[in-house]
Amino acid sequence: MSNSPQLARPTAAETAAVAAPAPSSGAPGDGPRTPVRGHPHRDRAGRAFSTAATVAGSTILVTLAAVAVFLVLRAWPALSASPEELTEGIQWFPEGTTLLGFVGPMLFGTVLASVIALAVAVPVSTGIALFISHYAPRRMANALGYLIDLLAAIPSVVYGLWGVAWLAPRLQPAWAWLSETLGFIPLFEGPAANPPRVILTVGIVLAVMILPIITAVAREVFLQTPRLHEEAALALGATRWEMIRMAVLPFGQSGLISASMLGLGRALGETMAVLMILSPGLTYSLALLQAGQHQTIAANIANQFPEANPLGVSTLIATGLALFVITLAVNMAARWVVARRKDFSGAN
Amino acid sequence: MAQRIDIKDLNVYYGSFLAVEGVTMAIEPRSVTALIGPSGCGKSTFLRTLNRMHEVIPGARVEGSLTMDGVDLYGSDVDPVAVRRQVGMVFQRPNPFPTMSIAENVLAGIRLNNRRISKSDARDVVEQSLVGANLWNEVKDRLDRPGSSLSGGQQQRLCIARAIAVKPQVLLMDEPASALDPISTLAIEDLIAELKDDYTIVIVTHNMQQAARVSDRTAFFNIGGTGQPGRLIEMDDTRTMFSTPTEKSTEDYISGRFG
Ligand SMILES: Nc1ncnc2c1ncn2[C@@H]1O[C@H](COP(=O)(O)OP(=O)(O)O)[C@@H](O)[C@H]1O
Ligand SMILES: [Mg+2]
Repeated sequence: MSNSPQLARPTAAETAAVAAPAPSSGAPGDGPRTPVRGHPHRDRAGRAFSTAATVAGSTILVTLAAVAVFLVLRAWPALSASPEELTEGIQWFPEGTTLLGFVGPMLFGTVLASVIALAVAVPVSTGIALFISHYAPRRMANALGYLIDLLAAIPSVVYGLWGVAWLAPRLQPAWAWLSETLGFIPLFEGPAANPPRVILTVGIVLAVMILPIITAVAREVFLQTPRLHEEAALALGATRWEMIRMAVLPFGQSGLISASMLGLGRALGETMAVLMILSPGLTYSLALLQAGQHQTIAANIANQFPEANPLGVSTLIATGLALFVITLAVNMAARWVVARRKDFSGAN
Repeated sequence: MAQRIDIKDLNVYYGSFLAVEGVTMAIEPRSVTALIGPSGCGKSTFLRTLNRMHEVIPGARVEGSLTMDGVDLYGSDVDPVAVRRQVGMVFQRPNPFPTMSIAENVLAGIRLNNRRISKSDARDVVEQSLVGANLWNEVKDRLDRPGSSLSGGQQQRLCIARAIAVKPQVLLMDEPASALDPISTLAIEDLIAELKDDYTIVIVTHNMQQAARVSDRTAFFNIGGTGQPGRLIEMDDTRTMFSTPTEKSTEDYISGRFG
């Protein structure tokens, strides 16, 4: 159990949060309660391990701090510039907007795309992972697991191409239908764009991209459910699905959250697929089916960076800083959720 | 609420490995039947066939007949899930659901039956079952704490409360006290003595004194050697088994000469 939340330690932020306490917890060879007096080399190994852990932990913290400092320093010219200076100095900067007014809609777009991706990917991944871990015959499970791992190895630019050239045309009729039947809900307000270079298409492609990693982690977590608890449920007369709800899912909950955060981290920072699919716009629009409404931070950076002048670069870095902060916040939130349920996690 | 079980010519296989061979016995209602014998002779295997729990192991199967009050537990129209709701089980290691509170653990089986029960009914079931498992006084003030916050002995009694909450006919226990300290063990033994008024109890134990203390009838299993199937050697009233067993090997085992 105890290692399920540790399975997913994706970002530098998470790693730092985990690594930080390592030095203080001390290594086995440390301290006065050493019953290994006859083995000085073991003592030395313990100290070496302790030192290594300290060094590794601080390296990560230092790197993290260095990244933050770098971002702030390089973003400073943009952060301290007036809206007029930004509008005049940068060709693509929207007129009459502050820096915050520029980042805000992109932050919104970034989060929106990622939330769609998670909403689609988490249930599907959970289903696939459960099928692999608890339903499929062993050989089929192995084959499926292998296939999923392969999907994780596909570069994101390929997903982008696939999304634009194959998936988008096939989604268009569905989006048109959605806007016609559910158009009264603001989310699905028409007209549905054709070609569907819209945030919902992006969300679906992102979902496919993060599916493998979430599935792989979820599968590992589900497989670790103690047999003891599965049998407890079965002996009470649970069907297989009831057993899963009673023993497997509660046990895997924190691992599943970690897996989702891994996926979210990837979705938040995804550049290529978004850049290739989305027709950009800078609004706080909820219309998922309309083009020219949304943009993500990462895609915008990739789009503008090559042509940007120094102030433009600084502005883009400022948006990157916003992305950095939100990723950090997401990871900390996830950690908090997991920690809150610790009493009930079974790590007793 | 207690039923008689008749077993006839039961063979149990793991794949092609015959683990238990030719068991014929009758288990009386409202009594405690102890299964004793050396390690690996198939006591757990046999016990798990009584609620079809062996079926969760791929390749495990039985031959022969097993009836509960005349109903064939292995009939083609009998759902193993339904059998397990009638025949409860307590395991060697206490296994309360770690993500559930004490009260939720007790109610777990009832919630399965999809019975929507009112809050007050639920409270009654929790209290009755915990009282029935001699645990109520220790936990009544912290019913919403996780089950895993209890001591091992308390956890095991919580598992017993969980098993009896669904009012089964039969209660199977596989070395329920072997992971517990002596005091908790005594608490479990007292509890078994009380429970037999209402349930048919089958208990596997490694501990001769325990079998002698808690059971009415004792069945001795033995094994010819590794790779050989386990067999029921003899079964009789516990007092007879421990004073004047018919078989030499029973006497040897009980007097501690092997096993
Ligand atoms: N899941 C299993 N798969 C294959 N063989 C098993 C399994 N469980 C038990 N066995 C075998 O069945 C025999 C009886 O085991 P068991 O019922 O656990 O004995 P006991 O409970 O009396 O110690 C042993 O030879 C054991 O190796
Ligand atoms: Mg056993």
